Amino acid sequence: MNETDRSPDQPEAMSRRQFIGWGAAAVAGLAIAPGVTLFDLAHGRPAAEAASDKVRWGMLIDTNLCGTGCNDCVTACSRENHLSGGLKPTDSQWIRKMELKDLRSGKTHSLPMLCQHCEHPPCVDVCPTGASFKRADGIVLVDRHICIGCRYCMMACPYKARSFVHEEVTGQNPDVPRGKGTVESCTLCVHRIDRDRTPACVEACAAAGRNAMIFGDLNDPRSEISKRIATYTTTQVRADLALNTAVRYQGI
Amino acid sequence: MSFARDIPKKAIHYSLPLPGGGLGWGLWLLLVVVPAVASPVLAADAGRVPKPAIEAGRGEKCVESTEFMRKNHMELLKHQRDETMHKGIRTTKYSLNGCIECHASRKNDSVVGSQQNFCQSCHSYAAVKLDCFECHASKPKASAARAAPRQAGDAQRVTGQAAK
Repeated sequence: MNETDRSPDQPEAMSRRQFIGWGAAAVAGLAIAPGVTLFDLAHGRPAAEAASDKVRWGMLIDTNLCGTGCNDCVTACSRENHLSGGLKPTDSQWIRKMELKDLRSGKTHSLPMLCQHCEHPPCVDVCPTGASFKRADGIVLVDRHICIGCRYCMMACPYKARSFVHEEVTGQNPDVPRGKGTVESCTLCVHRIDRDRTPACVEACAAAGRNAMIFGDLNDPRSEISKRIATYTTTQVRADLALNTAVRYQGI
Repeated sequence: MSFARDIPKKAIHYSLPLPGGGLGWGLWLLLVVVPAVASPVLAADAGRVPKPAIEAGRGEKCVESTEFMRKNHMELLKHQRDETMHKGIRTTKYSLNGCIECHASRKNDSVVGSQQNFCQSCHSYAAVKLDCFECHASKPKASAARAAPRQAGDAQRVTGQAAK
């Protein structure tokens, strides 16, 4: 490639990124106390760098803050990933709201259920083609170039987190390819994570003022999510299966 | 008896029919000379197989030379696909989205859909199945974003729960 070639990774963009980096470092310098910063600065991964196993992305959901009847996370997921949002048996569901009721007291509360991004994912164990895999940073994905649509992973998943695409899909988000004959599930908005953004559901929950969902690095003891998990009692759904899920719940 | 000695004896020599008497020269001109001169011109103008219509990209220059891209674009895309899918590497130089951003037609804002569109015209000429776009968006990001609100509206209607 010669000097005149048009490359999208232009030096201007790099210098801007660098500038932002310095700005962020300056903000970090103004940190409140040692180890406590306003922003989580650890995860500015350049586009050319592979995901690292030093990071494990996770989510903490506080069911006390999650609103009964609120569907914002589900709507945001549908919008981001261009899901129909329908409830027919053939519609894809990457995240769903569940209502829980204590039969004795009648107290109800709700929570969103999604792919739990297990450390030992059963869907990966059973996949005959290697399409179902776990990325270095703990995100469980389906490589739909390899998926043959056998749906073993759907049967293996204890959380009923995966969906099969039954019909042709049009108008996809360019960052989220989806197609007929393959299995799909929550990607933890991997396309956003790779660009240093949080998943759409987490963003929507914060925008609704609930902040019931927090996203962060479980391996980083200084991250908000790790601090909360170290402070409060949190639960993994079906902890008896010893899958070590990356999605944890508080208050169930 | 060896075959090598046989071949020259059995060789058939084809030759153009030469004009004889009477109508000879006129007929010879009509049947042999006219088609022979005219046919290469006809083939270039409207051959049996139409040549692909390649619309120029929106950018100034492709990421590699045209000759290289014609031969190797599939290798670049496949390599990039595995890097992105499994390692999360999202460089834009060889990304499919990058191709689409530049090569989407000015008419229908897409790389497939009609025989005039960049990907489709060549692939149908070469008779190579093009299945990227059974999953991937065939339109650039900006136009895909314009289509998004309609889908979100549908989602709210079906679940019956309005966004706060």
